[in-house]
Amino acid sequence: MNASDDAAAGRGTGKAAGSEATGTADDPGARTATGNRPRTRPLRWHAAELAERRTESPSARTLVLRVPGWPGHLPGQHVDVRLTAEDGYSTQRSYSLASAPDGDRVELTVQRVEDGEVSPYLADDMALGDLVELRGPVGGWFVWRPGQQTEPVLLVAGGSGIVPVMAMIRVRTDLGIRVPFRLLYSVRTPDDRFYAQELERGAPGLDTTFLYSRTAPPDSSRPTGRLTPQDLVAWGWPPDFEPAVYVCGPTGFVETAAAFLVGNGHDPGRIRTERFGPTGG
Amino acid sequence: MGIVSRGFHGRRPTDGHKLPPGQYETSDFPVLSAGPTPRVSRDEWTFTITTETGQKHTWDWAQLTALPGQTPTVDLHCVTKWSKFGTHWEGVSLDELLADVETAADFALVHSYGGYTTNLPLEDLLDGKAWIAHTYDGEDLPAEHGGPARLLVPHLYLWKSAKWVRGIELLTEDEPGFWESAGYHDYGDPWREQRYQGD
Repeated sequence: MNASDDAAAGRGTGKAAGSEATGTADDPGARTATGNRPRTRPLRWHAAELAERRTESPSARTLVLRVPGWPGHLPGQHVDVRLTAEDGYSTQRSYSLASAPDGDRVELTVQRVEDGEVSPYLADDMALGDLVELRGPVGGWFVWRPGQQTEPVLLVAGGSGIVPVMAMIRVRTDLGIRVPFRLLYSVRTPDDRFYAQELERGAPGLDTTFLYSRTAPPDSSRPTGRLTPQDLVAWGWPPDFEPAVYVCGPTGFVETAAAFLVGNGHDPGRIRTERFGPTGG
Repeated sequence: MGIVSRGFHGRRPTDGHKLPPGQYETSDFPVLSAGPTPRVSRDEWTFTITTETGQKHTWDWAQLTALPGQTPTVDLHCVTKWSKFGTHWEGVSLDELLADVETAADFALVHSYGGYTTNLPLEDLLDGKAWIAHTYDGEDLPAEHGGPARLLVPHLYLWKSAKWVRGIELLTEDEPGFWESAGYHDYGDPWREQRYQGD
């Protein structure tokens, strides 16, 4: 999946800024784009047609969907995808948005879970022109707000946790924003990287470090291995720069990375996490 | 019925389990939270109910666990779409904790170590529907699942079951919590699919 927020309760900085319900029933949905309250009108389902599919890794595909009426989104937000079978059975999954806003084009990157109910369909079986339903954007916490946030940004991604973080990088590039970004991207092998060419190409003010846990390319100076506290010191920002930190990946990765960051002196209130479970398929 | 996705067959829940709309069954226990996991020791843990008049009722770990316990077996429904059936917990009913609390409040705002909050009507904490849970599947509740103790209010989406709970504020007017301020539903009934504001 890409579970995103919530569930059992996360922690945060207490009540999020803007928690006061200043809108009224007369301006329904006026601030959905910022994720703030209130949204009095239901988020509606949109038909989404598969326009293109790209291979990101042996098991991951990017789906380019045409979603007429898409209202736009902030990088880091996700969508709910609903699939309905011919007999009326339906189920939903959450996926992070991979793309920057681009009219009615929306991109999701889906990692196939071998025995999953939904991901094999999206990753391989769904044909160009086939439809799913999509609702969103959802989530106002694990987002980067360009123009409002001017502090340096540290992105720490493990595996498919790169997806919402990539949306932040793409928005920064699209808007020509100069806020300095550093990305630490942990993957098993070079072939497991999503968006490899785009990240290799880079962008001014974006420093990308690949951390290989199993197999590194011959020219890699870092020994293979999982993320360490020293990696975050060497390739991240010092705590006194007060960066906004976004950590996304599988639960074990996120637990470890967030604990290292706190141990290195980062304020827990500046660390936003998103955990992708292996379940969900 | 929604738009059919051609070639999608899907699965049906096992064992006659009934799923709320849009959910799927999982057997593991995913962890989801918005930031680093707070580490709170049982020695420093306290739980405080604060009424609308400011009156406080506080329990430390020994006092909480000295109260009569219950062992609910409940189904969990997470707004991120997974449901988990038949989970085993041990904890203290909110009926027990609220028994001597005088209040005219209709709403509760739950506070956690680390700053998380969530809101729900007070009546949803009463009549055997909610617990302060400290044991999961016979073991101390792990920190990533909310230990030392979390609220368990399983008839609502799981974000209402605040992890690392440290207190409940009783209010005469509803006040949105953390996810509720970010567009999630104030009530969150999985059977009515109340995921987001306006659902």
